[in-house]
Amino acid sequence: MPKLTINDMEIEVEQGTSILQAAQALGIEVPHFCYHDRLTVPANCRMCLVEVEGGPPKPAASCAMACGEGMVVRTDSEMVTDARKGVMEMMLINHPLDCPVCDQGGECDLQDQAVGYGFDRSRFAENKRAVPDKELGPLIKTVMSRCINCTRCIRFAEEIAGTPVLGQMNRGEDSEVGTFIGEILRTELSGNLVDICPVGALTSKPYAFKARSWELKKTQSIDVHDALGANIRIDVRGREVMRILPRLHEDINEEWIDDRTRFSCDGLNKARLDRPYIRDEDSGKLVEASWDEAFAFIAGKLKGVKGAEMAALVGDLAAVEDIVALKDLMGAYGSPNMDCRTDGAVFSAASRADYLFNSTIAGIDEADAILLIGTNPRYEAAVLNARIRKAHFERDVSIGLVGERCDLTYPYHYVGPGMADVEKMVKDYKGKMKAKRPVWIIGSGVFARPDGAAIHKALYEAAKELGVITKDWNGFNILHRAASRVGALDVGFVPQGKGGRGFASILEGTKDGSIKALYMLGADEFDARAEIGWKCFVIYQGHHGDYGAARADVVLPGAAYTEKDGIYVNTEGRPQQGKRASFPPGDAKEDWAILRALSEALGKTLPYDTPVQLRTRIVEEWPHLGEFDLIQPAKSVAVKGAGKVLKAAFKNPVKSFYLTNAICRASDTMSKCTDAFKGVDEKMLEAAE
Amino acid sequence: MKKLFEINADYQPESFEFTKASQKKAADIIALYPKGRQQSAVMPLLDLAQRQMGEEGAKAEPPHGGWIPRAAMDHIGDMLGMPHIKVYEVATFYSMYNLAPVGKHLVQICTTTPCWLCGSDEIVQASKKHLGIGMGETTKDGKFTLVEVECLGACVNAPMVQINDDYYEDLTSESMKELLGTLAEDMKPTIGSQKGRKASMALSGPTTLEKQAKKAGVA
Ligand code: SF4
Ligand code: FES
Repeated sequence: MPKLTINDMEIEVEQGTSILQAAQALGIEVPHFCYHDRLTVPANCRMCLVEVEGGPPKPAASCAMACGEGMVVRTDSEMVTDARKGVMEMMLINHPLDCPVCDQGGECDLQDQAVGYGFDRSRFAENKRAVPDKELGPLIKTVMSRCINCTRCIRFAEEIAGTPVLGQMNRGEDSEVGTFIGEILRTELSGNLVDICPVGALTSKPYAFKARSWELKKTQSIDVHDALGANIRIDVRGREVMRILPRLHEDINEEWIDDRTRFSCDGLNKARLDRPYIRDEDSGKLVEASWDEAFAFIAGKLKGVKGAEMAALVGDLAAVEDIVALKDLMGAYGSPNMDCRTDGAVFSAASRADYLFNSTIAGIDEADAILLIGTNPRYEAAVLNARIRKAHFERDVSIGLVGERCDLTYPYHYVGPGMADVEKMVKDYKGKMKAKRPVWIIGSGVFARPDGAAIHKALYEAAKELGVITKDWNGFNILHRAASRVGALDVGFVPQGKGGRGFASILEGTKDGSIKALYMLGADEFDARAEIGWKCFVIYQGHHGDYGAARADVVLPGAAYTEKDGIYVNTEGRPQQGKRASFPPGDAKEDWAILRALSEALGKTLPYDTPVQLRTRIVEEWPHLGEFDLIQPAKSVAVKGAGKVLKAAFKNPVKSFYLTNAICRASDTMSKCTDAFKGVDEKMLEAAE
Repeated sequence: MKKLFEINADYQPESFEFTKASQKKAADIIALYPKGRQQSAVMPLLDLAQRQMGEEGAKAEPPHGGWIPRAAMDHIGDMLGMPHIKVYEVATFYSMYNLAPVGKHLVQICTTTPCWLCGSDEIVQASKKHLGIGMGETTKDGKFTLVEVECLGACVNAPMVQINDDYYEDLTSESMKELLGTLAEDMKPTIGSQKGRKASMALSGPTTLEKQAKKAGVA
């Protein structure tokens, strides 16, 4: 452990730490462009120069020089300042002075550092070079003359995203960054290039010229597009969400988010339900109504309907508060029929360990073997896929796949298509497993078939046999796709008691008349018009006019995730707090409040008047939901499941990455992505086969 | 000077294969590098591809010189298990790789200071006039391409040009024209000094290290 002095301060660091990192640890700012702590170090921008006393009499690039015992480093000497000024002057020679029309303006590394080291005149009388812009697809806008050739984007695409299509062409003054062959960049993580580019060369296309960073109100919240619960920042101006950026959370998303999370926000302004609607019985059309009319209509329809004839479904984007309020309302009617697994999955939810991502996401960093079962994590949790990729390339962890073949951006061993292959693996490897911390990642899609429960049990038993679940390690992970799912399972939004009916049975009930009224809280992930019997009375509460509203008899307009405070529990079982960034449009209200008001109109008033009271009620019954950002470890117990496992192969549930929920389906950007990447997708599949 | 190329142009062939002979050479080249470091073979393989194209081009009608099509870069990338873009990066970086068809004789005229002081401007003028093309252009018959390059390391015998693999030194506008004429008729001109200078010694013969020169048989 070398000890060194930086600006007269002593510090002891791990072997191999760079001077730049050591300086940062001491709180000394060292300007830099090419260095990024999650990427390899090329040391090509030379902005991070420092003086190392006793070394060669020239400044050294601190990002690439490892700390040595007894080094004496100065980051503030005259030599250093002069050197940095020189570097900055060189960089500005070719950089256009278009900050006033550049979207990076106000949050640009070059701008900031030019304030410290820039020269206020140019001594360069030659031509400035101009670089043709590149077409990288519908998400990333390029202005390549602004590029300072730091190569961060190249390294990100190759190292993190696993799509090595960017490179630096030619040399010297002619160097330019691009894909060279005019390919568009096909990665679910492309938006991160916008954050990673230190200048305005790569900016967000949908956000282009929309707003300046300083006029936005910033709210820290949680993402709902998948079940990872990535930490995000929502930037709004007025009521409109202008953009979404990642926040650092080492154990979940590091500093990345996927393109759905980042770019679907235009969908929040489209196809919104902004007032209640009642379906006119004669014309069959939805007609605008007031809240009172809608409530009165519901009260009339529900008169005489027994609890057992009612059912409730919860969609993918609901917050825990909304789910609990709905559950309480159903409880007031004595209805046992409810389910949150609207993808048709059946699995045991008896113990929390049954359905959690037990190893935790950070646990992937410890795993020494990973098996993916019936999942394409690239589509189901793109940021998680980057972590798996990292495990493979940094620590050479071997990766297997059971299910449909797909391009994961890293090589894997293909085990086979279905459950039989898992069983064969058990036979072959029982007692011979070298891995101490094996991780199984089971896509929630494998349970979305009639034998789901049997598969769950069989997988659990196989995992036990192969040492995936031991006394001090539980690598039996379910990867959910819906942000609401684990929260809903935690509060028990599943069929109640013996007589309770689940998703499939409820839908059947609507057809045979045994279910007379159905409450859908944002349930948009199945084709309601085709699946729900026409006689059943359907109440839809949600924020987008999507599949659910199309079938509803009454529509109650709710709030999207950016418009309400809410608890979301991610696939690891980690409760996190989403925050309201703006207000719902028109007459729309926060969802728990709608349920509370409706309960009063129905004469079954729920016992809470404020969000605080509701949260108190939640924490009383489920104390772990009050401990934000903490994972309550779940004890693994034997999974119960009945029936026989069928032969069919596992199928990946997500066919189109960009259209997985109502917000995405309303988003223009997302549909542009679907179109733009269609051909590329097909090529990729061919390559995988 | 910036290299001229269009990666998706019409003239790009659909596919590229190494010939039997080149395949053997390629295998030998790859074997030179330690295991896991095979990607280092990318530069010699690019050269091999360029030479193969040149050999084929010499027989073609109209002829062309050695160049590396996109398909060849992709092929080499696949051979070495590296992303195509990494091959493009290398190929665009070095000026000796031609990424678009060139004439059968690639005339590279050095115009860096020593050659310039010794009259490279005249060589440039003479060549342009003789061939009727400008810098970076190829004659209609596909025989010559003219380019300007930086120092080729033969300053003692300046001015000089490199044509394909050979150096021609101590040029004057006349000898340059003659040189081009000889090449146009597919004959072999004298390589090296056009003034009869041996190696890089004085024109009149060695003025130093005379013994060694004799021993080496150059004086
Ligand atoms: S585009 Fe941005 S990230 Fe990429 S090399 Fe240029 S400045 Fe760096
Ligand atoms: S940060 Fe050190 S050279 Fe770029």
